[in-house]
Amino acid sequence: MNIIGKRYLFFALSLLIILPGLVILANWAIQDNLPLSVDFTGGSQLEVVFENGNPQPADIVRLYNDLDVGDVLVQTTDKGSLLIKSGFVDNDKRDEILSALEAEFGGPVSVLRLESVGPSIGSQVTSRAAIAVGVAALAVVIFITVTFRGIQHAFRYGICAIIAMLHDVAIVFSAAAIGHIVFGWEMDSLFLTALLTVIGFSVQDKIVVFDRIRENSLILRRLDFETLVNHSIVQTLQRSINTQLMTVEFLLLALALMGGVTLREFCIILFVGLLSGTYSSIFIAAPILVLWEKKEWKTWFRRKEAAI
Amino acid sequence: MKRNLYSRLILIVVLLALAIGVDSVNIVRVSNPFNGETIFSRDVTPRLGLDLRGGLQVILEADLPETSEITAEQMDVARSIIENRTNALGVAENSIQVAGERRLVGEFPGLEDADSILSTIQQTGLLEFVDFGSTFINPGTVVTTDYGGNTEVAEGEVLYHTIMNGAELLTVGVTTDQINQTGVSFDLNDEGRAIFADYTTNHTGEFLGIVLDKQVISAPRVKDPITEGRGTISGNFTIESANALAVQLRYGSLPVPLKVVDTRYIGATLGEDSLQKSLIAGVVGMLAVIIFMSLFYRMPGIVAVLSILIYGALAFAIFKWIPVTLTLPGIAGFLLSTGSALDANILLFERMKEEIRSGLTLGNALDKGWTRAWSSIRDSNVATLITSAILFWFGSTFGATIVKGFSLTLALGVVISLFTAIVVTRTLLALFIIWFKPTNLKRWFGI
Repeated sequence: MNIIGKRYLFFALSLLIILPGLVILANWAIQDNLPLSVDFTGGSQLEVVFENGNPQPADIVRLYNDLDVGDVLVQTTDKGSLLIKSGFVDNDKRDEILSALEAEFGGPVSVLRLESVGPSIGSQVTSRAAIAVGVAALAVVIFITVTFRGIQHAFRYGICAIIAMLHDVAIVFSAAAIGHIVFGWEMDSLFLTALLTVIGFSVQDKIVVFDRIRENSLILRRLDFETLVNHSIVQTLQRSINTQLMTVEFLLLALALMGGVTLREFCIILFVGLLSGTYSSIFIAAPILVLWEKKEWKTWFRRKEAAI
Repeated sequence: MKRNLYSRLILIVVLLALAIGVDSVNIVRVSNPFNGETIFSRDVTPRLGLDLRGGLQVILEADLPETSEITAEQMDVARSIIENRTNALGVAENSIQVAGERRLVGEFPGLEDADSILSTIQQTGLLEFVDFGSTFINPGTVVTTDYGGNTEVAEGEVLYHTIMNGAELLTVGVTTDQINQTGVSFDLNDEGRAIFADYTTNHTGEFLGIVLDKQVISAPRVKDPITEGRGTISGNFTIESANALAVQLRYGSLPVPLKVVDTRYIGATLGEDSLQKSLIAGVVGMLAVIIFMSLFYRMPGIVAVLSILIYGALAFAIFKWIPVTLTLPGIAGFLLSTGSALDANILLFERMKEEIRSGLTLGNALDKGWTRAWSSIRDSNVATLITSAILFWFGSTFGATIVKGFSLTLALGVVISLFTAIVVTRTLLALFIIWFKPTNLKRWFGI
C-alpha cells in the first residue's frame, strides 16, 4: 500500500475541506458576525410561571425558534417557575413571546423577571485558552525533540505533529462553519471543550505513529526515507483503525444518534475532530516529514523519483 | 515470574475492592473495632457540576441608591472578585455573570448550605487600619471612619481617622502562632510600609484598630515601631474564618457593596431528559466497544474489557475521593483518557500479534510485544500529561473553569490508564495464558 506516494492528493483533499470553512469564518469575523452562542455574547434570561402547569422544555425551545430567538435553554427552579435563557430579547420580542406562550400552552403566564445577562465565558477566557494551547504546543515540540533525539532531525517530528494538530483544529472550525450554515449551530462552551479534546487526542496519536518511524529507522537503516515512513504507517494502520473507528467513534456515534439533543452538536464536532486526528497522523503529519526530508519546496513541490 | 504475577494479581484485587468500596458509598468511615470510635471519615459523595446536576442560583444587586451611577467596569471587577473568592473557598465550577446594569447572577453547583458562601460573597471586604488614639475598642463594635472623605457621624459618636486600607496589602496568608492562635498575616507594599512605619513610630503605646467593613476585628496596642511592613491580625479566629478573611483581603474589596436579592435552586443546564438519554446512549456505545474488542481480539480483547472496567472503577473512586467536580468538559477529558487506555491495550495486542506471527511462543510474544509497544504508550501519554498540566495551570490561574475541569480529569485519567496498561492488562494476559494454555491461535487470538 503506497500512501506516501499519493501525498499531494491527501493535502489537496484536506485543503478542499478546510479552505471553504475558513474563508466563510474569516468573512464572518470581518463583519463581526461570528456564530457565537450566548456563552460568549450574553443574552436574556426570562423567568415565568405558568398558572396551568409547566409545558415541556422542548416545546418552549421550538416556540422560541419559531420566533427567531436562538440558544434557548430551559431550566426548572425549586419554586415551580421556569427559567428560560436565550439570545437577546427586547421588550417587543418579550410581549410577542408571552402572547405566543399563552396561546400555545393555555392559561395566563406571569413574568417574574426579564433581564439581560453578560457572557458566561468572557473574551479573556477565550484568548487565555488560546495562549495555553500555544504554550502546550511549544512544550510538546520540545518534548518530542528530546524523546526522538536518537534519530536524525528529531525537531522535525515535533513541528510536523503541531502542523497536523493545526490541521485538525482547522477541520473542526470548518465543520463548525458548515454546521452553522446547514443546521444553524453556534459556537458555545461545549465547542471549546470539543476543541481541547481534539487537540489533546491529535498530539497523542501523532506520537504513536512517529514512534514506529523512530523504531524502524533504527532497524532499517538502509531503507530510503519515503519507503520507511510508508512502511511504518502501514504497520500501524490496524491499530489506528481499531482504536479510532471501532472504539472512540462507536461511542460518539451512539451518543450523537441516541443521546440528548443538547449534546448532539458536541458529539458530532468531536466525531469529526477525532476522525481528523487519526487521518492527519497518517495522511498529513507523516507525508510532511517526507516532504521536509526531500526538501520538495525547492522543486516546486514536485516529487523527486526515489533513487533505487 | 509466576509468583510475581500472583502478587500483582493480589494488588489488583485489593485495589479493585477498595475502589468498589469507595464507588458504592457516599461516606467512607473507618472505626475502631474495639470501641466503635470513628478513626477516619470522609465524604465521597460524587460532585456533579451545574451542567449535569443543577445547583444554587444567587442574584446579587448593588446595594447603593437607585440614582447612583455604577459603571460597567465596576460590575465587571465585582464579578471577577466574587468568582475568585468562591473559587478560593473551594466551590468548584461556579459561574458568575453580570446581569443588567446593577446585578450579578452567580450559579453554584450542588451547593446545599447557602449561608456559608453568601457571607463571604456579600462582604465588601474593605479593610481599614484606624487610629483609635488611646481608647481601646472591643472587637465586634461598629465604628465610623473618615474613609473616602466621609464626615458624617451620628450624635455622640466619634469619627475615627483611617490611616490606610486593604489596597496597600501585598500578600495575605493564614498563620498559627506558638500558642495555637490563628491569625491572618500580611505584607505591605512600599507605600503601605512607609505609612505604617510612620504611624507606629509616632503613636507608640496607642491602639491601632483593624476594621473590616466598619466592624472592629482587633485593636492591638502598638508596642514598638513596625518598619518592615509586615504584621499579623489576631482576633477570635477559627481556621475557617481566618481563611475567609484572607480570601477577602487577597482578592481586594468590592468596588460596590452587594446585597442578595434572591436565591433559588435550578435544574441542570443540559436538561434532565437529555442527560438521561445520553447516559443510555453511552452504555450502548460501551457495549458495542466490548463486543467489538471481544470478537476482534478474542482472549486479549476480553482482558482489555476487564482492564477498562477496572480502570473505570479506579478512576471514579479517585474522582470521588479528591473530590473532582464532574462537568461535561470534565467527562470529555475522562473519555479521552479512556480512549488512550483502550489504545494502550490495542497497541500491545497488535505488537503481540506481530510477534506471534513471527513464531514466538505466547509468553515470549507478550514480553516482546510489550517492550516494543511501551515506548509509544509512554511517549504519547507523557505528551498528553504535559499538555494537560499546562492547560490546568492556565485554567486555574486565569479562571477558565472549562479548561481546568477538562485538563484535571484528563491528567488523572492518563495516569490511571498508564497504571492499568502496565499492571492490569499485562498481568491478566500473562495469567490467562498460563491458566488456559491456549493452543488454537485462531480461536483464542483471532490470528
